[in-house]
Amino acid sequence: MNYIYAPAELITRLHDGLLQLTVWAGLPLVLGEVFGTALVMLGLFAGCAVVVMVLVYAERKIAGHMQARLGPMRVGWHGVLQVVADTIKLLLKETLIPGRAERGLYRAAPYVVFLSGFLALIALPLDRDLVPLRLNLGLIYLLAAGTPGVIGILMAGWSSGNKYSLLGGMRSAAQMISYEVPLLLSILGVVMIAQTLDLPTLVEAQRVPYIVLQPLAFLIFLVAAVAETNRNPFDIPEAESELTAGFHTEYGGIRFAYFFLSEYVHMFVLSALGATLFLGGWRGPLLPGWLWLLVKTGAILFVFFWFRWTFPRLRADQLMDLGWKVLLPLAFINILVTGLILVLI
Amino acid sequence: MEHVGPYTTIVIALAVGFLCLFAGVLISWLLSPHNPTPLKLEPYECGEPTVGPARVRLRTMFYLFALVFVIFDVEVIFLFPWAVAFRELGLFAFLEMLAFIGILLLGLAYAWRKGALTWR
Repeated sequence: MNYIYAPAELITRLHDGLLQLTVWAGLPLVLGEVFGTALVMLGLFAGCAVVVMVLVYAERKIAGHMQARLGPMRVGWHGVLQVVADTIKLLLKETLIPGRAERGLYRAAPYVVFLSGFLALIALPLDRDLVPLRLNLGLIYLLAAGTPGVIGILMAGWSSGNKYSLLGGMRSAAQMISYEVPLLLSILGVVMIAQTLDLPTLVEAQRVPYIVLQPLAFLIFLVAAVAETNRNPFDIPEAESELTAGFHTEYGGIRFAYFFLSEYVHMFVLSALGATLFLGGWRGPLLPGWLWLLVKTGAILFVFFWFRWTFPRLRADQLMDLGWKVLLPLAFINILVTGLILVLI
Repeated sequence: MEHVGPYTTIVIALAVGFLCLFAGVLISWLLSPHNPTPLKLEPYECGEPTVGPARVRLRTMFYLFALVFVIFDVEVIFLFPWAVAFRELGLFAFLEMLAFIGILLLGLAYAWRKGALTWR
């Protein structure tokens, strides 16, 4: 039962066992290590898939109840198997490659988008001592790994051979890079206080959650994160009623499922990063650390879903104005005020 | 976990992620029907016949935003080491960075006045 509170110990035990097995089999130790790491990554991938399924179900249920309807109810108890059914349906769909598509790029785009989110995810500190990838530049790595998703979206838009896809992809890219800057600047205030880029150390440094010390930065982070993941009210690139679906209009079947998966993985990574930087990560009383992180991440994700049914979609020019003319100056003011206070103390 | 170097871990994660996705595509390919007809392969434009090429010319504003983004993104990279060492360096670093950010804000104001940040 102790493993629930200290999952890192379980990993260490399994790791030792695996190494013993490697020695027993007479294989080089490196092979055991590599295999062990691969298993951890496989576990994270499976975890990713489960988390996304839960998120999709939660989003549909929350959306339903916010609009005074029930949401999915048919498949399984209260519709819990709805997402599983949808996944199977997407798996069984014919995967067409449109005649005008650039085939190589068209195939590669979903991989790029998903892997960028996945590589960012592995740097998240899930619990004390439970960090799949620990780098002393963890924060920079996480942000850098999450960015190539933009390139994947451009690839998808360009290679589809559909002018609306191209336009959607370009809009997505313009929006994502525009909100990247305030997002990074809002994190800067936290780094100035914590003086580290190593995520576990950053969590340890939070005597009080940084949302108390950096409320403005948290607000900027939240808005920029919603825009970064192309969600309402910033979903202009996908705008169902205007463009058909933006960059993934021409995608179907399993490849579309990957884009869908990536969107939620990116969302989860940004929310978990927000929880780690501003809400104290795994720290909390009673409950095990990883559960605290999930609870805090879930709280931020709930705000994401809440936004979707509260705000009407912005116009493209309003969106760019908000990013460059409101959030960016605010982020600079936040840095300067933080700097001034730190110098004066 | 910790005996393989961190950068090897990234490569392993990349490989595992790729293989998992590829397995999914493979399974889907085995299970799903294959019946592409010329009509299915047309671009999806809500039933209208497609006019002109898909790679249309785009407005220059996309490139303007990309340029401004590059400037600010590089700036943020310069700001991160400064932020990490901020408390040790004290007032001097603060004033130095004030000048740096000031120059960049001047650039932002210039782009703003020139209308580079206006979506048209």
